[in-house]
Amino acid sequence: MRIVIIGNGMVGYKCCEKMVARMAPGSMEITVFGEESRPAYDRVHLSAYFAGKTAEDLTLATADWYAENGITLYLSDPVTRIDREVRMVYSHQGLAVPYDYLVLATGSSAFVPAIPGVEKEGVFIYRTIEDLELMTRWAPKAKTAAVIGGGLLGLEAAKALIDLGIKSTHVIEFAPRLMPRQIDEAGAGILKAKLELLGLSIHTNKNTTAIEGGEHIEAMSFSDGDRLKTDMLVISAGIKPRDELARASGLATGSRGGIIVNEHMLTSDQNIFAIGECALYNGMIYGLVAPGYEMAEVVVNRLTGGDKSFTGFDMSTKLKLIGTDVASFGDPFISGEEVKTIVMEDGYKGVYKRINISRDGKELLGGILVGDAAAYNMLLQTCKNKLVLPPNVEDLILGARGGEGDAGAGVAALPDEALICSCESISKGAICSSVTDGGCETVEAIKKCTKAGTGCGGCIPMIKDLVNHSLKAQGKYIRNVLCEHFQYSRQELFDLIRIHDIRSMDAALDKLGSGHGCETCKPAVASILASLWGEMILKKGNATAQDSNDRFLANIQKGGTYSVVPRIPGGEISPDKLIVIGQVAKKYNLYTKITGGQRIDLFGAHLSDLPSIWEELIEAGFESGHAYGKALRTVKSCVGSTWCRFGLHDSVSYAIRVEERYRGLRAPHKIKSAVSGCIRECAEAQSKDFGIIATEKGWNLYVCGNGGSKPQHALLLANDLDSETCIKYIDRFLMFYIRTADPLARTATWLNKMEGGIDYLRNVIINDSLGMCEQWEAEMQLLVDSYECEWKAAVENPEIRKRFSHFVNAPEEKDPTVQFEALRSQKRAAEWK
Amino acid sequence: MYQENSSSWTFACYTHDVPENGGVCVKVNEQQIALFHFTRIDAWYATQNQCPHRRQMALSRGMIGTQGEIPKVACPFHKKTFSLETGECLNGDECSIETYGVKVEGDKVFIGI
Ligand code: SRM
Ligand SMILES: Cc1cc2nc3c(=O)[nH]c(=O)nc-3n(C[C@H](O)[C@H](O)[C@H](O)COP(=O)(O)OP(=O)(O)OC[C@H]3O[C@@H](n4cnc5c(N)ncnc54)[C@H](O)[C@@H]3O)c2cc1C
Ligand code: SF4
Ligand code: FES
Repeated sequence: MRIVIIGNGMVGYKCCEKMVARMAPGSMEITVFGEESRPAYDRVHLSAYFAGKTAEDLTLATADWYAENGITLYLSDPVTRIDREVRMVYSHQGLAVPYDYLVLATGSSAFVPAIPGVEKEGVFIYRTIEDLELMTRWAPKAKTAAVIGGGLLGLEAAKALIDLGIKSTHVIEFAPRLMPRQIDEAGAGILKAKLELLGLSIHTNKNTTAIEGGEHIEAMSFSDGDRLKTDMLVISAGIKPRDELARASGLATGSRGGIIVNEHMLTSDQNIFAIGECALYNGMIYGLVAPGYEMAEVVVNRLTGGDKSFTGFDMSTKLKLIGTDVASFGDPFISGEEVKTIVMEDGYKGVYKRINISRDGKELLGGILVGDAAAYNMLLQTCKNKLVLPPNVEDLILGARGGEGDAGAGVAALPDEALICSCESISKGAICSSVTDGGCETVEAIKKCTKAGTGCGGCIPMIKDLVNHSLKAQGKYIRNVLCEHFQYSRQELFDLIRIHDIRSMDAALDKLGSGHGCETCKPAVASILASLWGEMILKKGNATAQDSNDRFLANIQKGGTYSVVPRIPGGEISPDKLIVIGQVAKKYNLYTKITGGQRIDLFGAHLSDLPSIWEELIEAGFESGHAYGKALRTVKSCVGSTWCRFGLHDSVSYAIRVEERYRGLRAPHKIKSAVSGCIRECAEAQSKDFGIIATEKGWNLYVCGNGGSKPQHALLLANDLDSETCIKYIDRFLMFYIRTADPLARTATWLNKMEGGIDYLRNVIINDSLGMCEQWEAEMQLLVDSYECEWKAAVENPEIRKRFSHFVNAPEEKDPTVQFEALRSQKRAAEWK
Repeated sequence: MYQENSSSWTFACYTHDVPENGGVCVKVNEQQIALFHFTRIDAWYATQNQCPHRRQMALSRGMIGTQGEIPKVACPFHKKTFSLETGECLNGDECSIETYGVKVEGDKVFIGI
């Protein structure tokens, strides 16, 4: 049987994969034509390209894979004509290939509205890797950018523009609200507010009438008379099925585009199938990958003698990447007599949830989640499988209140047929049996053996729950162990290392572990050793167990150079010290920048220059800032009562005292602090692991705040403390955290997982409910007393100093591959290839 | 120094130049080679120094360890791991690295290229 597939996109590839898996070798001859220059890649995760994924990373299968499986693949060669009479396709490069069955998988292109000026330079679409390459090249010239289209793809494109470093990004939506096809007005309102916090400007009800400029875009004008200056525009106004070839061959197509297919994916020609984003089934184009995969399944099933049909597909979606959760499932908008709707709106936190329930309260019909979509997978499954709803239906979106109970019965309640991974159509039953019978005990193993979770990845949290659930059901005790080398949690290991008085990585492996360690357990053990004994971290034997930044006491940069961050306690620095920083930077040709942590970073230092740089800094009174360590980073301060007319106490002096007390302290993750002189909070103490704010009577102590990717405000632990008590509480708090947190858990995450939350924590720290406080204070004092600047120790120790060279056999030579580019009056690391 | 097999052995450094359970970068002709020592079992490995992921000259600065029985190195940049025996990427990526033979005589370490 001769099969020709036109289009080597996601669905065309899936069709090849399924054919190879299911058809007897030699039973068919498969030829694939692709218009793009590279084999099919993961378009769904296209935006990951901006986060560092390469074209290779995104590739679904290499050209070799096709060859190995007997598939002839022609790339950069679109099919230009189909002769249905003689069953032949003709390609642009002049090939003629006969077929018995033809599969059209030509996908879609971006729909570009006919706005005058769309042809100008600086106007882009967002569909292929080439589009992204073009955008990346243009972006450095652009200060302002706009996206036409506030739907799923448009918002993803907007995020990409932010990631490309464009300062001001606008989203232009024709409809009165964002994502009109997925969410309702109230949800869109919350989403808009959230996106504006990310720095996007959102314009709804805006109809673009012209793109202005000379050769390249300079501005856009709108029907309401407004005008927006912009250097770049991405059009994301919808998709247009690629049906031109089908249409020219006389196949039936829809009036608004798309190749008409029946439930067998057959077009109006009995020998031609169409699948994916070019196929029009029941008046509908499915712009998602999972239905496309299902269509490929139908075709392969038919060609192997099955009778499978396509019956439509769930269009539930979760928006990825934009920095805030958005999801809709089932019928998000349904209303009327037979429907009851429950809405939860928290304008303060920016969360909106809506669920639509059948009148009798038995069935979940659909819903919308904005700002927090953690419950998405479970709600989707509840909806699809018509699971029994909890007695208080609102628990579905509010969680069970007045206790820690779980709302709904969780994964256990799902029937075996429940489709968990809709991209690869893998059911709960298949996943559970690969745990029980296939011996897969991790998500990674499940991915390898079932392919579940390898598509959009949205189901991974649920796979994780299923793995744990199946293991538990088998009576296997699930422990939060470090890795294959240590069958203990971090907390257990901490206690064991202390009890056995273990002082080195090797001793820990010999006594408590197996094998030779790895990049997960080594830094964790090294950090425990440092927290417990306070010894120099590069002590012989332990140096190579440190995370690579710790090992060289500096952060590695793009290109292989390092950054130098001297400690500037409380952000206070004298003119003399500023001058020294300037001199050192000049001498070693370093890029300098004020950091977000109120100090100065010097970038681009060669490994072999680090000791001399630090020698000069130490000479001038600086010490290590531990910017590379899971350790205390900065204690920021506001100027406080020494100058500020509102200041209640001297916040700078107190910040310096706190920073000097805890400098060098190693912890499961980095720790940050700040001290503000009054409630105006200029030091942002409430976003820190521990933050201190002056009051009329003393200090308020806040704990477990976080900036970063999941910001969380710190909670008040105690108020109106005197300076000594405040320090005492911080000592206890930090020791409790250091002993009990998981590796790489910030204090906020640690508290979120703590049963009893802040009330419990307060009880431990203030009322000493565990009876540990005295011991912790003593342990902290020991660490404080054993502090020494690691950089000072390193430069004074020839054995350690020797490690700071690139070539062991040519220590005076620098890495010749390091490259810089000029940037304003300084330099930057060369872009990586 | 003597010839063995088809590869020629180049003197790299002394055993004490390599940190315990860690790596160093050796310049062999104009190539950069990463040399690793598992002190606990006195095993030596050599690979290219360049990580194929983002072409960073960094593997010698990576952390070594094992996955099951396979000795491996993790690149300091994005923690991709590679088998020190076969050079294969252990995270399922397509890329791989070159590996080379290592020979120790007394306190001298040689790399076979
Ligand atoms: C240099 C600096 C950016 C700047 O130019 O301003 C910076 C640079 C890096 N940050 Fe940061 N962060 C810097 C301030 C911050 C801040 C602001 C602050 O401290 O007030 C935050 C948010 C506050 C917070 O942490 O809660 C911040 C949140 C992060 C995070 C996210 C942490 C989280 O819990 O979500 C990471 C990733 C991580 O640690 O896993 C990160 C990681 C990094 C790394 C280490 C990424 C990496 O692995 O290479 C960067 C290293 C740069 C280098 O080579 O030196 N950086 N980073 C800032 C150094 C401050 C300093 O003086 O030490
Ligand atoms: C940025 C972005 C994000 C997305 N995010 C998601 C998401 O989160 N979830 C989701 O489900 N979907 C998402 N999608 C949609 C998803 O990528 C598509 O549904 C999927 O790629 C459709 O696969 P396809 O094979 O039908 O079409 P395509 O992947 O477009 O492949 C069609 C291929 O056929 C080629 N072709 C066309 N005509 C010819 C011809 N005559 N001869 C030879 N070759 C031809 C085209 O060049 C193309 O390479 C996203 C899309 C984009 C662009
Ligand atoms: S400095 Fe921080 S925010 Fe900036 S790119 Fe690096 S990790 Fe990301
Ligand atoms: S450069 Fe080595 S893992 Fe990315």
